[in-house]
Amino acid sequence: MHSIPGRRLIMGLFLVFLLLPIYWLVNMSFKTNAEIVSTMTLWPHSPTLQHYKRIFTDESWYSGYINSLEYVVLNTIISISVALPAAYAFSRYRFLGDKHLFFWLLSNRMAPAAVYALPFFNLYSAIGLFDTPWAVALAHCIFNVPLAVWILEGFVSGVPREIDETAFLDGYSFPRFFIRILVPLIASGIGVAAFFCFMFSWVELLLARTLTSVQAKPIAAIMTRTVSAAGMDWGLLAAAGVLTIIPGALVIWFVRNYIASGFALGRV
Amino acid sequence: MDKTINQKAWFLVLPVFLVVAFSAVLPLMTVVNYSMQDTFGNNQFFWNGVGWFKELLDPSTDLGGRFLASLGRNLFFSMVILAIEVPLGIVVALSMPRQGWTVAACLVILALPLLIPWNVVGTIWQIFGRPDIGLLGYVLNHIGLDYNYVSNDIDAWVTVIVMDIWHWTSLVALLCYAGLKSIPEAYYQAAQIDGASRWAVFKAIQLPKMNRVLLIAVLLRFMDSFMIYTEPFVVTGGGPGNSTTFVSIELVKIALGQFDLGKAAALSLVYNLIILIVCWIFYTVMTNAGVERKVQAESEPAVEPKPSAALKPVPALKPKEGVA
Repeated sequence: MHSIPGRRLIMGLFLVFLLLPIYWLVNMSFKTNAEIVSTMTLWPHSPTLQHYKRIFTDESWYSGYINSLEYVVLNTIISISVALPAAYAFSRYRFLGDKHLFFWLLSNRMAPAAVYALPFFNLYSAIGLFDTPWAVALAHCIFNVPLAVWILEGFVSGVPREIDETAFLDGYSFPRFFIRILVPLIASGIGVAAFFCFMFSWVELLLARTLTSVQAKPIAAIMTRTVSAAGMDWGLLAAAGVLTIIPGALVIWFVRNYIASGFALGRV
Repeated sequence: MDKTINQKAWFLVLPVFLVVAFSAVLPLMTVVNYSMQDTFGNNQFFWNGVGWFKELLDPSTDLGGRFLASLGRNLFFSMVILAIEVPLGIVVALSMPRQGWTVAACLVILALPLLIPWNVVGTIWQIFGRPDIGLLGYVLNHIGLDYNYVSNDIDAWVTVIVMDIWHWTSLVALLCYAGLKSIPEAYYQAAQIDGASRWAVFKAIQLPKMNRVLLIAVLLRFMDSFMIYTEPFVVTGGGPGNSTTFVSIELVKIALGQFDLGKAAALSLVYNLIILIVCWIFYTVMTNAGVERKVQAESEPAVEPKPSAALKPVPALKPKEGVA
């Protein structure tokens, strides 16, 4: 791959631009509130873990992380399992209304969450799922299922048709072929799709906040509590923010080799 | 690849159809229902016909004025960030190291902002930009710039735009990088033999190869910036005044803040319709581009991919049937 002159400098500057605000957040999470408000220091002069300790010992704080992970994992499982057969169908067959169906799915990925906030609230209250992880997991399906179908369709299309035909000639039934042959072949594609479902469900807040009140409140909504009568608890807010970055960073590390082709949705 | 016609494939699609229909069609029906009615509370509704829509599209009314103003702001915002993020993303992708551990390191750092919850992105920039406790605000104020995103319109806009660049340029860069990686080394060698300049290599080899991923990038960036809510809401709360109130923020204000269900529903439908139209245009362009690429790949393998084929008016999806 051929690069451009001065590429090291450009890359370096861009990475600094990306990391500087994150550094500032990390920096603040280790300072005491007195230090944050009174002086401008580039690194914590009296480093403290008090904010992190508070989050890990106070149940109303750490339960937020558990709630968030719960609906994110649920959503990823639902999205991938319904999207797999559909991706195969879109990749291999033509059927009545396939193009329209695909476009309709895609258009839901683009629908603004703000439009659905209120109707979702009514819908999930009516069926008694309000304030459970299921409500958020199902609500996030509206943009994650189409995305998963889109990504997986690209990967299934990369599997030669002959493999299907040989398997069927060998007497494989459809479900058995699907689980024993196709799924292992597109394992990296499933990984990429799961990564994206995780990502978009993890970063979304508007729906997650609207559909929960006490029991299933995500960490992102709990963070707003740091505003109190006594002013902002900046250190605590920063520490909570740092802790929301960590799961994402871990997931990126696992998929780092597939990340580029993954972002192209298997369609380069 | 040729596809066989098989109506039974509907059974494979059915789960997806049911899940998405449950979360998309049912709520949308509620919205349509509300958009035609008025309420004075207590769950009593009155038929209002297209009254809300008339008001919505008439700039002289309160609702219409607010909607059209936020729509204008939102379109301007989307254009600005596209104009900055797409070229910057290409440059960053071209600056990626070639091999070694630095590649993985760069990829991980690039992807990092994409996996931060959107309200935390807002929080990061809220803290970073504050003149009293934020590095950026502090430094800017100390070199003599009067920077304060809470009280100054322009500062608020700059903050929101820089935040979006920080948040999403990586997506464009990663997409372009994936496109660049798929170019065989032989193309570059051929270009070298021909004595092609750096710019010619970019225009004739790299840009055409990135066409398709760039289209995805523009589509995703336009859509996501058009429905942006959380980040500006956390940083500026739509202010100062209404200067950074985008369509989604206005909508949530009306729907969940004032509980004006009819107005909110009418706004939702028009908003959704705009998105649907833009999405359809992109989808058509994209399917056409994909078909042309396939035809090209089959007829002339390993020939320099000139974009000239894109000019041929190939009707959508025709070649697929022809191959079958």
